[in-house]
Parts: sequence; C-alpha cells; structure tokens
Amino acid sequence: MSAPAIDADHHADYLTEHTVKSWLLTGDHKRIGIMFMISVTIFFFVGGAAATLMRLELMTPKGDVLASADAYNRLFTMHGVIMIFFFLIPAIPAVLGNFFLPIMIGARDMAFPKLNLMSWYVYMIGGILGIWILIFGGVDTGWTFYTPFSTMYSNTMVVTAALAVFITGFSSILTGMNMIVTVHTMRAPGMTWFRLPLFVWSHYATSVIQVLGTPVLAISVVLVALERIFRVGIFDPALGGDPVLFQHLFWFYSHPAVYIMVLPAFAVVSEIIPCFARRPIFGYRFIAFSSIAIAVFSFLVWGHHMFVSGQSMYAGAVFSVLSFLVAIPSGIKVFNWTATLYKGSIRFDTPMLYALGFIGLFTIGGLTGLMLASLAIDVHVHDTYFIVAHFHYIMVGGAVMAYMGGIHFWWPKMTGRMYPEFWGKLSALLVFVGFNVTFLPQFLLGWLGMPRRYFEYRPEFQVLNVMSTAGASILAVGYLLPLIYLLLSLRHPRTAGPNPWGATGLEWQIESPPTSHNFHGPVLVTCEPYMYSPEEAEREYAHEQLVHNA
Amino acid sequence: MSSLSTTLEETALGRDVAPRRTETLLSPHFDNVEQQSNASILGMWFFLSTEIMFFSGLIAAYTIYRALSPEAFRLGSQHMHVWLGFFNTLVLLTSSLTMALGVRESQLGRRDGVVWYLVATAVMGAAFLGVKAVEYSMEIEHHLFPGVNFQVPAEDAEALAEISATPEELQTNLGRFQMMFVLYFFITGVHAFHMIIGIVAVLIMAALMKRNWFSGNGTTQIEVLGLYWHFVDVVWVFLYPLLYLIDLSGGH
Amino acid sequence: MANTENHIITVRTYLIVYAALIVLLFATVGGAMLPLGAMHLPVAMTIAVIKAVMIVLIFMHVYYSSALTKITSIAALLWASLLLAITLADYFSRGWLDIPGK
Repeated sequence: MSAPAIDADHHADYLTEHTVKSWLLTGDHKRIGIMFMISVTIFFFVGGAAATLMRLELMTPKGDVLASADAYNRLFTMHGVIMIFFFLIPAIPAVLGNFFLPIMIGARDMAFPKLNLMSWYVYMIGGILGIWILIFGGVDTGWTFYTPFSTMYSNTMVVTAALAVFITGFSSILTGMNMIVTVHTMRAPGMTWFRLPLFVWSHYATSVIQVLGTPVLAISVVLVALERIFRVGIFDPALGGDPVLFQHLFWFYSHPAVYIMVLPAFAVVSEIIPCFARRPIFGYRFIAFSSIAIAVFSFLVWGHHMFVSGQSMYAGAVFSVLSFLVAIPSGIKVFNWTATLYKGSIRFDTPMLYALGFIGLFTIGGLTGLMLASLAIDVHVHDTYFIVAHFHYIMVGGAVMAYMGGIHFWWPKMTGRMYPEFWGKLSALLVFVGFNVTFLPQFLLGWLGMPRRYFEYRPEFQVLNVMSTAGASILAVGYLLPLIYLLLSLRHPRTAGPNPWGATGLEWQIESPPTSHNFHGPVLVTCEPYMYSPEEAEREYAHEQLVHNA
Repeated sequence: MSSLSTTLEETALGRDVAPRRTETLLSPHFDNVEQQSNASILGMWFFLSTEIMFFSGLIAAYTIYRALSPEAFRLGSQHMHVWLGFFNTLVLLTSSLTMALGVRESQLGRRDGVVWYLVATAVMGAAFLGVKAVEYSMEIEHHLFPGVNFQVPAEDAEALAEISATPEELQTNLGRFQMMFVLYFFITGVHAFHMIIGIVAVLIMAALMKRNWFSGNGTTQIEVLGLYWHFVDVVWVFLYPLLYLIDLSGGH
Repeated sequence: MANTENHIITVRTYLIVYAALIVLLFATVGGAMLPLGAMHLPVAMTIAVIKAVMIVLIFMHVYYSSALTKITSIAALLWASLLLAITLADYFSRGWLDIPGK
C-alpha cells in the first residue's frame, strides 16, 4: 500500500482547532468518533452503576439494599436499556468504525459527514431522554418491553422509554447507511473488495443489519406507545390482539441486534490478531463471507427467544435448526483466528490480551448459545441466570473486551500518545479474571434454577451469588483503571509515532493523530492486507522497546 | 481593482445575488461529481429500505390479523370509501408522473420546468391529504375511530355473531373488527405523515430551484427527492387494495 | 455507478407507463368487484406488484441503474417478506399438534 510521505513539518492535526463550535459543528468523522467515545463511556458507567447496585442487592437472599422489588425491576431495565441501546450498539461502530473506516479504505471522510454529525446529535437526544427517565422514575418492563405488561399494566414511563429507543434507533440507521454508501462509493483506487481490511467487511455487514433491522424495532416500540396512549388493543387478547405478535416484531430486530454488537467486535479482533501474531489472517475470504452470512442468517433465528412464549412447536423447531446453523459462520471465524496464531510470533501486548480473551470468552458464550438453541434445554433454563450468563459472555466477555482491545490498539493513532503498558496489561487481566468470577457462577445458578430478574432468591443460591458480586468488584476495577490511565496519557506529548505496533493498514501509514483530511494526496492501493511476517517481527520489535516502556 | 472589490463586497452581502454557477459544487471529501451523485442516490435507496422495513412491521400485523379473522376484516373494509380512495390513488399516481417529469426537466437543465412540475406534484399531494382528512372525519363521525368511542355497527356485529361458534370467538371477532380500523388509521396515518414531509420537501426544493440556489442543475437533489416521492406512492399502491378493496363483490 | 444520468427517459415512455398504471388501477377495482372468493388477495397483490415494479423500474430509473441499485431496491422487500412469511408460519402452525398451547 502506498500513501504520500508524511510531512514532518505539518503539525496541525484533526484535534488542533479547539473551539467548541468546531467540535459541535464538525463534519470530521474522527471528531465524531471521539464525541461518541465520550458519550458511550459515560453511558457505560451509568449502566455499570446500575449493575453494581443490582449485584449489591443480590449478595443476600432477601431484599435489603433496595427499597422494593419495584426498584429492582427499574434497575435491571435501565441497566439493559442503557447498556444495549446506549453503549453496545453504538460503541465499536460509532467510535472505532467512524474513526477508522474511511481511513482504512483510503477516503478523506464518510460519504455523508452531516448525517454522521446528526447521528451523534440524535443519539444524544435519545440518551438525554434516557437519563431523564432514569431520574424521574425509570421503567420496569425489562429492556424487552414485553406486552401486555408494558402496554396495559406497567405504571412507569414506558412511552418515554419507547420514544428514547425510537430516537436512538435513528442514530444507528444513519451510521449504518453512511458506512454502506462509503464502502461502496469511496474506496481509493486499487482498494478492491478483497483488499479491504476485515474490519471494513464486518462493519459493512453490521451496517446491513442496522439498516434492515432497526426500523422494525422502531415500529414495535411505536405500537407499544400507541396502545398505551390510545388503549387500542393491538396486543390485547380481549380486543383480538396477540401479545406474542409484539415479541415477533421485537425480536426480529433484537436478535440481529446482538450481531450488530458482536460483528464489530469480530472486526477489531480480526485486526489485532494478525498484528500481534505477525501472520496474515488465515482464511481471509472465509472471514469476509462469514460476516455477510451472519448478517443474513441473523434475521432467520429470532424465534429462539420465544420457545416458551406460545409460539407453535413447529416454528420452534425450525428456529432451533436455524439457530444451530447461524453458529457456523461464527465458528469459522474462531477457527481462523486461532489458525492465524499458528507459527506466529506472538506478543502479549494489551490489545492482544483483550483479543485472546475475546476468543476464549466468545467461544464459551457461543457454545452455551448452542445449548440454548436446543429447544429441550431452553425450556428449562429460559428466564434463568443461564441466559444471563450466556449473553454476558458474548456481550461483555466478547464485545466489551473487543472494544477495550480496539481502544488500546488504536489509542496511539487517535491521540498520538501511548498508554502505559503495565497498567494496560494489568487491567486486561483484571477484566478477564473479574469477568469470569462474575459470570461463570451464573451459569451454575441458572442451571440450578435461579430465575433472572428476581431480587430475592432461595438461600442455597447465596454462595454463588456472593462469588458473582465479588467478581463484579474486580471487573469494576478493571474498567476504572483504563479510564484513569488513558485520560492521564493525554498529558504527555504526542510521541507515539505513526506505527508503534508495526501494523499494516492505511491508518498506520499516516500521522498520529491524523490530519483533518487523513491523507496528504491521492491514495493508491497496490497490495493485499495483513502482509505480516514473523521473521521481520523479531527485528522490528527490538527497535520499538522504547515506545512500550512509556 | 477597486470596482472589483466593491462588486465582491456587494455579492458577499446578499444571497440572492450570488453569481450563476453552471458547475455542480463538489464536496471536499469526494473525488468527483459522479461519485458524489452516486453516493447521494445510493444513500436515498438505503433510506427507502429502512422505510420499507418500517412499514413492513405494520403490514405484518395487518397480514396476521387479517389471516386470522378474514371476515372481520372484510366487513370492516366495507366501510371504507372506495371511490374516494380511488380518486386518491389516481391523484397520487399522477403526482408520480409529474415528479418523474420534473426530474426529467432537471436532467435537461430546464429550471422553470422543474419548478412547474414540482408545484404540480405538491398540489396533488395536498389534494390527497385533503381527501384523506375528509375520509377520517367521516369515519370518526361514524364511531369508527378506535378507542373509547368505537362502536361496531349493528349489522356487522350480527354478521360476526353468525360466524362465531363461541362467545369468546365473537369477542375476538369484534376485537378484530376494531383492529382493522386501528391498522387502517395507523398505517394511513404514517403514510400521510410521510406525504406531509414529502410535500414540504417538494415545495422547499421548488423554492430553491426558483431562486437559483443550486450549483449546477440540482439534478441529483431532485432525483433523490423523486425517489422518496415515488416510494410514498408505491406504498399507497399496496395500501389501497389491502385496506379498501378486500372484497367488493357483495355476496360471500 | 448507481445512476446513469446519461439516459434521459422520454416523455412518451413516462406517459405510456402512466397509462398502464391507470388501467391497472381500474383492473384492481374491477377485480375486487368480481366474485373471486379466496383469490381476491392474490389477484389484488399481483396487480399491485406489477404497478410497483413499473414505478420502480421507470419512474425511479432502476431499469437504467447499476446492479447495486437494483439489488438494494429488492433487498428490503425480501427482508420484509421474511418477517411476514416466518411470523405467519408461526400463527398458521399453531394447533397442528394436539398439545394445548402449541
């Protein structure tokens, strides 16, 4: 790959202009990525605070920390709504995707910079509405808004929550649209589809899901709001409605939504593994096509959330088979990442720790997903902590770890500064250990029969619950540390250099931090991605010890 | 030299006296005008995809309830104003024609033609909405607006009682009769909302075209607007038979 | 790529398509008045699809557009039909087994 030589005298970068107006009215995809990063981080910690309170409550079998069962209902609802809609869905695509997708394809910006900015504002409006709900009483329906409770019986701010989700959905749609059009129309000369980094392929697949799925979520929450306001019985059996219809509409989006959360994680891992194993990725085309396959198949399996809801058994059986099939593309990726490590020259830098952790934890989450895809098992563990553990393994052990890995990997590029490697490694290990201590016991709890969304439980479950809470405290430290050391790293001068990792990819050929328009001249791509070799690695890293000791 | 700077100052003050450009402005992040144009049109197509999915949730609800209670829906459909709907469909199809012709005018660089066709499109859109408002008011008057004031007309209640085997089934059928109107009002309401946005957009574009605001011919912008308008028309092409024309044959 | 402004469709073509749309509109209403029984829905939807295809291909220029535009224009329809078909399959297959609630 070639990009024009970096102009050593050119000191202005995308962060140079300091005015508030230049940030709030920016069209620069990099600034928008940073703005999203700040926003999602805030929401992550708010959602985390809710989780902390929940885990504190669950240390004892009786309800004693919180005022009432009702308060607990609101807490887990807000934890779910915030973590899913305000953190996981936007995190990697809107932060790392926005920042790096245009650079990786050799473009100066996204196709629609103004729509990109709008996606942030729309997200913030939805987010502020979410905070409003949090302050003024919350919602107690669970993030899934199941009818008829949400439409007929709940006394909380359901309509406002529906509105918040509806609005935030547009942010997701705008990001998706922008990315698809950008990848189709703005690739640099020579950047053919099969020279694209897999980061781009995965984000493309994510965007397809965002565009096709999110509107159906929009209509489902609108119908809930409508029924609450006008009492029209769309989901009310007494008036001819069917509550399960809501579940069909809701999960038609919400299952693909989990792939919106995990495909970008795959994207990050696909970039980190080759770099820190110094090997080209194994099976590039398999990973690329499996991303598209996931985007398509993810729309065919939503009924596996509804095995015990009154769905017909035949539909259940079909969804079960399809859910087994959808695991195959993910499995292909895991095999390929692992094969990439073979005969590699592996370095356990912080991003690699997160990426390796991802592979292990995602595999556990995915395998337990297969267990849940079996109708017979799901009937027993549905609505227990088994489910909670399963999706946390994927979303936290998977997506959040990938997000952290990506933030660390690209931190020098985004800010021009390196984070302290010792603290980075320590936090990664704390997160890994804390995560497993938190959620592994939950598999056991669910298997033994502890239901989810309960704030009181049978005394025999206490030991495992205490373990889980203990793990959560370690996890919390693991998340707080990066917040501190990453922010502190900003006090240092911008000495990271354009390519501290010796990575391939267009983003590593430009300055750290990049200039406003990314490249200084026309970009021409002439070679394949991931042109790593282990032999070179040994020589290279000898030079770069200085950078890692920062 | 001084007269040149005076002229520049004058033009800097008033938008309306901007110099005529014939070259389409290129945004800095695009390489050429063709790329910019393609991106805009592709973007609109993806937006329309999201709109199709949005409506599909409602169509799914409609399809399921109609499949479960075909008679209730058929009886409900009898209360639709078939010929007003017919007129509306005609008007909307014609507005699509004028929109397409307007896009054609922009491709030929004929600004006045564009303005004329856009205004015609907006007028027809407004006529559609006017008729819709009349329909709604008639339906509300006949207690067919769902909610506390909804009343199943006597003859329909009787017809449903005849085909219902049990009291529960009758209750469900009566509920589904109202459901038809819930879906009718909501789907056509969402459609009308999109029409309103469309009409406003068309009028704004017509005004901008009239004031020579676009660099170049504004072809891409008008084309993108046209795509949106045609989409709203296509939705109605399906809604009309689904809601109004379930079965007009009388005997069943 | 996505659109070809090179090809400007003639007024004649637009008018022919328009005329066809009006004829089909009459056909839709006429069809609803015939005693077709269960065939009402398929007939009405077939005519609607034909009208939609004409609007998409000619009024929206898809006939003269790139493959990408063509794929995009049907992708969402495919997805919508997925939602409809599979959800309907659930509703229609309820009660096939003699197990209450399944």
